Amino acid sequence: MVVEEIMKTEVITLEASATIETALKLLHENHIRHIPIVDRQNHVIGIVSDRDVRDASPSIFEKDTHQKELQNPIESIMTTPVTTVHPLDFVEEVASIFYEQEIASVPVTRNNKLVGILTEKDMLYTLIQLTGTHVQSSQIEVKVLNKPGMLPQVTQVFGKRKVNISSVLIYPYKPDSGYKIIVVRLQTMNPLPIIEDLKSEGYEVLWPKMPGMSS
Amino acid sequence: MAEDARDVIMSCRSGFVFSEDFTTYRFRDDHPFNQMRVILAKELLESAGSLHQKDLIPARHATDEELALAHSKKYINAVQKAGKGLLTEEEGLEYGIGTEDTPMFKDMHEASSLLVGSTLSAIDAVLSGQVDHALNLGGGLHHGFERKASGFCIYNDGAVGIRYLREKYDCKVLYVDTDAHHGDGVQWAFYDDPNVCTFSIHETGRYLFPGTGNVNERGLKEGYGYSFNLPIDAFTEDESFLHVYESAFREITEFFKPDVIVTQNGADAHFLDPLTHLCSTMKIYERIPELAHQLAHQYCDGKWIALGGGGYDIWRVVPRAWAQIWKVMLDDQPFQGALPEDWLKKWQQESPVTLPTHWHDPEGSYDSIPRKNEITEKNAKVLEKALQLITSQKKYNNSF
Repeated sequence: MVVEEIMKTEVITLEASATIETALKLLHENHIRHIPIVDRQNHVIGIVSDRDVRDASPSIFEKDTHQKELQNPIESIMTTPVTTVHPLDFVEEVASIFYEQEIASVPVTRNNKLVGILTEKDMLYTLIQLTGTHVQSSQIEVKVLNKPGMLPQVTQVFGKRKVNISSVLIYPYKPDSGYKIIVVRLQTMNPLPIIEDLKSEGYEVLWPKMPGMSS
Repeated sequence: MAEDARDVIMSCRSGFVFSEDFTTYRFRDDHPFNQMRVILAKELLESAGSLHQKDLIPARHATDEELALAHSKKYINAVQKAGKGLLTEEEGLEYGIGTEDTPMFKDMHEASSLLVGSTLSAIDAVLSGQVDHALNLGGGLHHGFERKASGFCIYNDGAVGIRYLREKYDCKVLYVDTDAHHGDGVQWAFYDDPNVCTFSIHETGRYLFPGTGNVNERGLKEGYGYSFNLPIDAFTEDESFLHVYESAFREITEFFKPDVIVTQNGADAHFLDPLTHLCSTMKIYERIPELAHQLAHQYCDGKWIALGGGGYDIWRVVPRAWAQIWKVMLDDQPFQGALPEDWLKKWQQESPVTLPTHWHDPEGSYDSIPRKNEITEKNAKVLEKALQLITSQKKYNNSF
C-alpha cells in the first residue's frame, strides 16, 4: 500500500508570515494537530504542531496579557527542515518514520510541491482496515510450523469451504521460534466446520478454545 | 416490588405467534440455524400445560411494502429471485446471498417474510390492546441489513418491526438484545434515531462474529447516546452476566422511558452452545424475561414484544430457555423442577444428544473457569463505560 492511497489531499497550510494566533485558530477550528508552512510556490518550508503553538502561547493562568506573543510570525516557531514523504512511498516506511523520529505527521510532496498529508490517525485507521475488524467477521488463530508453504496450505482449507477471508496476519509464536501464528478473520458466523477441517489436517487451532477442551 | 404491582403481573394476557411453516426457513440440512427449535419449545410448553390453542396468534407474511420499511427494494427483489432459482451466484454475492452463512434455498422470500410478518402480528396484538405481551420465537433475526443478508439472517424482523412501531403507533422503542452475538443490523438501522434506543449485551467481538458492538458505539448525530453495548469477555458466567445486564437494563430504561420494549432473546450464551464462548446456564434464561417483564410493567404499561434469535444447541438449551419466556409472560414464575416426561420421551428418540431432565442446569455442569475474577472485573469496567453518559448526566442533574 502506498502513501497516496491513504493520504489526505486537502491540506490546511499557512505562509511563514502568518501569526501564531492564526495558527492557534486554525488548529482549533479544524480539529487538527499539524500545519505545514509553505511558500508561494507551495514548497514546504516548515511545519508546526499544536504543541509548538501552545508552547508559544501565554499561560491560561495569566490574566490580562495583551497576548503579544501570539502576534509573532509562525516562522519564528516552526520546525525546519521538514521530514516529507513521496506519494509512492510505502505506508510501512512512513510507520517506521513516525516510530523512529517520534513524530505524528508528514507532509507529502511531489516535485517538492505539497500534495497531501499523512498523520498517525490515518495510519491507525489503515491498520484497522488491515486487521479486518471493520467488517463482519469471526477470528481464528492457527499455530503452524515456521517453514515455507504453510500459509497456502492453511488458506486452502478456507477456500474449500467457500468462506471469504477479510484479513490475514502472521506473527511469531513467542514461546518457540519454530512456530508461527496465522490470524485470520473470516466472513462467517460459523467457523466450526473450518476449525474441524484444520484440526483433521493436523493443525493446532489456538482459538476458539474452551478451558478444558482438547484441541 | 409492591404487592399490587405483583397482582397486575399475575393477570397478564399474552399471545404466542406460531406457524408450522417457521421450519421452512432452512438453509441446508447441516446448517446450524434450525427453526425446529420453535416446535420443540412449543411442544415443551404444551406438555407442561402452559400453552393452549386460545393463546396462539396466527402468523402471517409481511408484505413487500412492510419489508421495505427496513430493506431496499432491490434487495427484496433479489431474495425473491433467489428463492425461485433465478439469481446467479455472482448477483447473489452482492447481497450476501449464496454464502456459507446464508445460502440460497427454495422459496426463501416466503420463508423469511413469514418470520417478519409474525413479528408484526405480535406487535399489532400488543399495541391494539388485545394482549399485554406477545412472543414470536420465529423472529429476532438481528444480522439482516438494509441490502445484505448475513449471519444466518435474511430479513431483519426486529428492524422492520421497530420502523412499523414508529410509523403506525408513533412510540419510543427500547430494543434489548441478549443474543451472544452483537445485534448489529438493528443497531445500525437506528443509529441516528433518538426515538429508538438499542441495547445489546454480547460476547466481545475480538474473536466472535460480527466483531462490532464495542462500548464506544454510542450512536450518531441526534441518535448519539441512544445506542448501548455491553461486550462481555469470553467465558463469562451467570453471576457476572446478570450483574452487568441487570444494572444496565434498569439504568437504560429509567433514562430512556420507552413506550414499548422489544427484546431479542437469542439463546446462544449458554455454555453448551457450539458457536460462542460464554458460560452461562439456564439461570440467565429465567432472569432475562423476568427483568423485561418487570420493566415493561413499570414503564410501558406492560407493552412487551419478545422475539427469538440465535441458539444452536437446539435440543438441550433453546427449548428450555424459550419456554421460560412464555412462562414468565403468563405468571412471572419460571418453571422449576423436572421437565415433562412425555416431551422427553418423544424427543429423546430424535435427539443426537442426551436431553436434560430438569429446567435448571445442575451445579458443576462445566469445568470451572480459571480467569473468573479477572473476567468479572473486566465486565464491571465495561458496564461503567457503557453507562458513562447516563452516569455523568445524573451527576450533573444532582449538582443543582
